Amino acid sequence: MAIISRGFAGRRSAADAKLPPGQYLTTDFPVLSAGPTPHISLDRWEFTIDDGNNVLKRWDWKSFRELPTETITVDLHCVTRWSKLDTAWEGVSLDVLLADIKTDLPYGMFRSYGDYTTNLPLKDVMNKQAWIAFKYNGADLEPEHGGPTRLLVPHLYLWKSAKWVKGLSLMPQDKPGFWESLGYHIYGDPWLEQRYSGE
Amino acid sequence: MAGTAVLGRVTWRSAAVIGLHDETATARTIALAVRDWPGHIAGQHVDVRLTAADGYSAVRSYSIASAPSSDGRIELTVERLPSGEVSPYLTQQVMIGDDLELRGPIGGWFVWRRDQTEPIQLVAGGSGIVPLMAMVRSRASAGSIAPFRLLYSVREPETVFYRDELRALSNQGDSVVITYAYTRVTPKDWPRPAGRIDAELIASGTWPSNLRPSSYVCGPTSFVEHTTGLLIAAGHDREKIRTERFGATGERK
Repeated sequence: MAIISRGFAGRRSAADAKLPPGQYLTTDFPVLSAGPTPHISLDRWEFTIDDGNNVLKRWDWKSFRELPTETITVDLHCVTRWSKLDTAWEGVSLDVLLADIKTDLPYGMFRSYGDYTTNLPLKDVMNKQAWIAFKYNGADLEPEHGGPTRLLVPHLYLWKSAKWVKGLSLMPQDKPGFWESLGYHIYGDPWLEQRYSGE
Repeated sequence: MAGTAVLGRVTWRSAAVIGLHDETATARTIALAVRDWPGHIAGQHVDVRLTAADGYSAVRSYSIASAPSSDGRIELTVERLPSGEVSPYLTQQVMIGDDLELRGPIGGWFVWRRDQTEPIQLVAGGSGIVPLMAMVRSRASAGSIAPFRLLYSVREPETVFYRDELRALSNQGDSVVITYAYTRVTPKDWPRPAGRIDAELIASGTWPSNLRPSSYVCGPTSFVEHTTGLLIAAGHDREKIRTERFGATGERK
């Protein structure tokens, strides 16, 4: 039973109806990162997929940009409670990147420049649910928002959309990534309000 | 084992307001007695929930300003955002004797633990001082002699939080060395013109990189981007720099 806050009315808007529980709407684009922003030059950039033992696929910037891309418009929900609606991105679908890979491994750990990691079930990044994004609002993705490339998994809290992403390691079992090891939820569904481990 | 800690963190607890203190014209410190408070580490934050009479509720995160203690008391310092939903209530309406709801502590990354002995560089922009003040206070209450420096950037002298306490802390032996940076208005006869932190101030106001300090940088996004860039340019390892940022709408702090 919640304690009523004497004299608190709150500020509600019609748009709240579109938001997951406990979120509020913002129109700017706040940044949350655990450390300094890495600045990665495109001639050093690469994206690899491995199975824990062997590299199965490797792209440099040129071969990555030769892949078919999609433009997507999605809502973002950050665990710190802001949501931003109708954001426009361009990226390469994980379906494209995983197309030639035959694997039974059901989980993935995404790895970033700057040593950030985040874990996801592989089924959550397939079937038009996740992209390696390189453009936001038609322009190259800014470093502070994860450029040159960030993972975009909009159906989960935004910490899962790893900035500065550089690879995916396939795993037999689920394993916590960076924030997941520090008290945040292993899966992170905003509609179920899975913010912290134990929820 | 993790089970108890996890349950402890996600449970909403009642917290009685036992003290209020204005830090500046727009920031207020709220002292709370929290039922069954499990304790915290300096740098962690809590979620605060307000509930209207019809059941509508709003939750925001605020950094804990006080040192860890075992008496169930914590302090939050809240900066009022003009268009905020929760911060105007916490800085203007709440009264001693009111009960709030909170849960936590949350966050295990942007923390300073009392067994850390290496040099520590704190860099605060505006209300980003709050979790760093918890670290300074934690050091003092633990009797730690870890070498601390604080570079604290504010708009003008009137916007400094914890002014008297910081002055007292910096005047003790084993002190915390504090350097202020004023971006708009300086005190009278201040040797440096108003302006944001630059390479020169990093060189004079922070530990040299060859001491391999751990750095904690907290403030608005643009401040954190700018100052971490200067620290890296001055030779600091990016792995030794931890950051916490808040955007224009962010109420975390």
